[in-house]
Amino acid sequence: MKSTPPALELRGIDKRFGAVHANRAISFSVARGSVHGVIGENGAGKSTLMNIVYGFHRADAGEILIQGRRVEIDSPQAAIAAGIGMVHQHFMLVENFTVLENVILGVEGGARLKDGMARARAGLEKLAHDYGLDVPLDAIAGELPVGLQQRVEILKALHRGAEILILDEPTAVLTPKESDQLFRMLGRLREQGKAIILVTHKLREIMAVTDRVTVMRQGAVVGEVSTAETSPRALAEKMVGRSVLLQVDKGAANPGASLLRVKDLEVRDRHGVARLKGLSFELRAGEIVGIAGVAGNGQSELLEALAGIREPTRGEIWLEDRELVGEKTGPRERRQLGLAHVPEDRLRMGVVASFPAQSNAILGYHDNAACNRGVLMDRAAILKGCEQKMAAYDVRPPDPRLRLSAFSGGNQQKLVLAREIDADPKVLLVGQPTRGVDIGAIEFIHKKLVALRDAGKALLLVSVELDEIMGLADRILVLNGGELVGELAREDATEEKLGLMMAGVREDHA
Amino acid sequence: MNAPAKLPRWAEVGLLPLINLVAALLLSGVIVKIIGESPWAALRLMVQGAFGSQEAIGYTLYYSTNFIFTGLAVAVAYHAGLFNIGAEGQAYMGGLGTGLVCLWCGAWPFWAVLPLAILAGAVFGAAWALIPAWLQARRGSHIVITTIMFNFIASAVMTYLLVDVLINPGQQSPETREFAANTTMPAMHELLAKLNITFAASPLNLAFFIALLAAGFVWLLIWRTRWGFSLRVVGQNAAAAVYAGIRPARVVVAAMLLSGALAGCLGLNELMGSQHRIVIDFPSGAGFVGIAVALMGRNQPVGILLSAVLFGALAQGGSQLSFDMPKINRDMVVVIQGLVILFCGALENLFRVPLSALLNRRARV
Amino acid sequence: METYTLIVLTLAATIRVATPLLLAALAGMFSERAGVIDLSLEGKMLGAAFAAAAVSAVTGSAWLGLAAGIGTALALALLIAFACVSLRGNQVVAAMAVNFIVAGMGPTLGLAWFSLGGQTPQLNDPAQRFTAIAWPMAEHARDVPLPGLIYAELFSGHNLIVYFAAALVPAVAWIFYRTRFGLRVRAVGENPHAVDTAGISVVGLRYQAVLISGLLCGVAGTYLSIAASAGFVRDMTAGKGYLALAALIFGKWKPWPTLGACLLFAFTDALATRLQGVALPLVGVIPVQFILALPYALTVLLLAGFVGKAEAPKAIGVPYAKEK
Repeated sequence: MKSTPPALELRGIDKRFGAVHANRAISFSVARGSVHGVIGENGAGKSTLMNIVYGFHRADAGEILIQGRRVEIDSPQAAIAAGIGMVHQHFMLVENFTVLENVILGVEGGARLKDGMARARAGLEKLAHDYGLDVPLDAIAGELPVGLQQRVEILKALHRGAEILILDEPTAVLTPKESDQLFRMLGRLREQGKAIILVTHKLREIMAVTDRVTVMRQGAVVGEVSTAETSPRALAEKMVGRSVLLQVDKGAANPGASLLRVKDLEVRDRHGVARLKGLSFELRAGEIVGIAGVAGNGQSELLEALAGIREPTRGEIWLEDRELVGEKTGPRERRQLGLAHVPEDRLRMGVVASFPAQSNAILGYHDNAACNRGVLMDRAAILKGCEQKMAAYDVRPPDPRLRLSAFSGGNQQKLVLAREIDADPKVLLVGQPTRGVDIGAIEFIHKKLVALRDAGKALLLVSVELDEIMGLADRILVLNGGELVGELAREDATEEKLGLMMAGVREDHA
Repeated sequence: MNAPAKLPRWAEVGLLPLINLVAALLLSGVIVKIIGESPWAALRLMVQGAFGSQEAIGYTLYYSTNFIFTGLAVAVAYHAGLFNIGAEGQAYMGGLGTGLVCLWCGAWPFWAVLPLAILAGAVFGAAWALIPAWLQARRGSHIVITTIMFNFIASAVMTYLLVDVLINPGQQSPETREFAANTTMPAMHELLAKLNITFAASPLNLAFFIALLAAGFVWLLIWRTRWGFSLRVVGQNAAAAVYAGIRPARVVVAAMLLSGALAGCLGLNELMGSQHRIVIDFPSGAGFVGIAVALMGRNQPVGILLSAVLFGALAQGGSQLSFDMPKINRDMVVVIQGLVILFCGALENLFRVPLSALLNRRARV
Repeated sequence: METYTLIVLTLAATIRVATPLLLAALAGMFSERAGVIDLSLEGKMLGAAFAAAAVSAVTGSAWLGLAAGIGTALALALLIAFACVSLRGNQVVAAMAVNFIVAGMGPTLGLAWFSLGGQTPQLNDPAQRFTAIAWPMAEHARDVPLPGLIYAELFSGHNLIVYFAAALVPAVAWIFYRTRFGLRVRAVGENPHAVDTAGISVVGLRYQAVLISGLLCGVAGTYLSIAASAGFVRDMTAGKGYLALAALIFGKWKPWPTLGACLLFAFTDALATRLQGVALPLVGVIPVQFILALPYALTVLLLAGFVGKAEAPKAIGVPYAKEK
């Protein structure tokens, strides 16, 4: 066996983006007929590495070997020619094309489409049969559910003759059931001798499907082990570089009065599809309620409906004894009433990246008396307020005039938290508070959230990181397909129970 | 995110526009050379023609006044994330408003006519921007296309009005009768004469000061008020605006109304200040030049003032040039304007990237 | 004149007016379906019109004029592609720049070269122009009332470029929906990331599409100056590039509906000419300007979603950058 060279070998891959050293001398190899995991935190350099392998970026140094032969990969074209296929986290589909058109794009087999299409159809039907990858070839790609869209991506790679298949965070958008299907499919590909690279930050997946795993931290490989010989805890420690506190240090909750009540909340998207199907729950002072669930099961819609960004189609939202309804209580008014919101996707919604920090520190509160003097804005007060927030939340560098995009993810998030918490809200909605945030800042942010709870505020925490929910929440609500499938007290919650409920199994059966 | 190459502020607002301008002028010089004239002589003639005498300066600033109005109009929309190509049509319609006030209120004293004329110009200009704005805000119709269409519709409406309705009876050319003397803008040389300062006669008039006031007003509004803050948030990140409780649809409509109002003030200078009647196609491209002015001025009021003067100088110097050089006509000015738009706008990354590399290397050493 | 003669003659005028619109709209279709806003149709056409007339005047050959027209429009398209695709500049601004430069450059060079105040010399020699091609028996057919007149006026008697434009519609439809190139162009205007990951050069595709736009604008501009008229005059496109863009949008970026839009817009133009000062029963004299403004108003209504819905290519106007 030793004589067969690995399907893919990386030797000393090095890449810098300006001051950022994204990949430091990375080496590892992937054997044929195996699933190789690459795990690491956000910003560990996994995506950069995969983009180098797929020819999107060029490495500053190092080499790539396919079947033992050195290859030059300077474009996706070259990667495809070398037998590399990639399934990106954000699907690369032309949404108004059919599945077939998407698959043949780039390998049309001639200047006229007709003959190539017929040939591709035959080939795809065989692939579908061999690997259990059934997809309606003439359906419009954009109208398929995400699980099927992902299959189209895999078909695209296989149709191009990929022997090495890279999947970048493939389960982020899948339900647990769809994930299981995906893993079964990967198993079949492995049997056929394909080399598969699974890039993820989820330990569970690594343990479930990989043969070997490479751990990355801060752009470097910090370990490579056989999956059978490691444990989630050992991997986690390698990932973050020290023993991790899987438990957040906090005392028991002391829930008080009910602050936020939601009754029969329904939200439909612009196509009329119900994203939230009649949710009811309440939030009490002095507790953190976690919303667990696979991404895309209604969490974003819930946060946006509560924050006043999205109009519910049915149901009631009460903040203390006041009903929040209609345009009269938009995001602005809700903030004034004491309902603050740290949005899920910070850069898309929570900040204006091109504005200086001090402008971002008043976003949403810019109408307040504290920021204005008559018709003009009070620039001295705004500057001072930002300096104070930066000091209190250890935002670095503490320069209010620096544009926000120049701060790291963790420091941006700290500034957003400072802004929302400083307004002294009664209720704080928090979405993915530690997404794209480094370890040091994560602990800081978790402590701040717990401190806020202990100060008698009510927190609603939405996170796709089960560890975060388990670590912070006092009560856990599980969302699946826009419905609450159950509620667990923290003491009663286990990963197994939550996992089943996230897959849609009701509480009483779990 | 596609972050453009970063430059220090002095390079961003000073050096880069200067390099772009020089590139545009160099290329213009090459064209002059191809035509068979001396670029140096042409440049000298233009500078002389634009700044060489009191009269020349008067003309230059008179043209600049138009460009300040339209440049501000483009910039205000730009800050809200909108590309207003319709300043031309808005200026045209605004001029109609101003003109009608002058025609109908001939018996009123000037101090009563002036505010009404400003108001009418602003309201007519804003009204012409309202429909594209509303369609963009509520129905997502691409404002670049709708404002272009509205330029053509404005042109058709004005041609009809001037040919069939407002035309001075017994006259061939499509224009109205002359405004009464008390409804025209006082000329600058007359105003200065009252202060015992002699200044050569030129079309420069009181509207120049109105334009300066407008620039100051826009600066305050955009950079110093919460309304301007909201406007800029919408322009940079509409999702963040919604999150922050700002209603983008309202801001878009309001920004376009202000933009149209500013463009609509062009008639104060052009009709009330100089032509003294409504004539056909009086904006003559000033709405489009406004795009170049805003680009060159980096959408900042001070930058817009400076670049408006530059474009005013081009307009005035260009007409001088066409007098003195038989092989060159005023169209050369349009070429230069186009080259400035090209280098300051479309090709701005051409010099930005190497410049940023150069400056950053020096910063690191 | 008999009513039907009037109608046939108006339709014949429609065809002549529609030709440059159609060529420019199809040109824009390539660029826009590839994701590059084509506001420079006006400038590219005008540049081609000047170059074609100037070269034809100097060389005496309409074909060399055509070559010069195409060459000029291609050069302008190359500039657009360089600015918008390579340097990722703002597409609207780049187009405005080109429109400005050409609007000034034509008369400037015209004055310098021909000393006719910015025009090119009158082209009197038939070899300098693309002239009407009479089909067999067309002169005699004219005497046969309706079918003969239709044959003589609608089918016969146009110049080569008109027939070229007519043949172009099915050709473009075929390219877009039946060929590899068409598939790729449609894909790159919707999702350039998908095209890039499929191993196709986004830059290469967009350059090709923008250059094809230049090519067709070259033919359209040539038509204006040395087929439809006999020489270049200042601003002779007079907004036709924008009208073509409107037709493209009105045709929802699809070849056959775009042909329909071009014919409709051209018909309003021909009608406006016919109705100039003519009092109609019931409504009286309709101001010509209102008929001329109709295409623009219709386009606005379409964009507003009041008459159907036009879905623009998703990635239009967005420069492509690899890193997200």
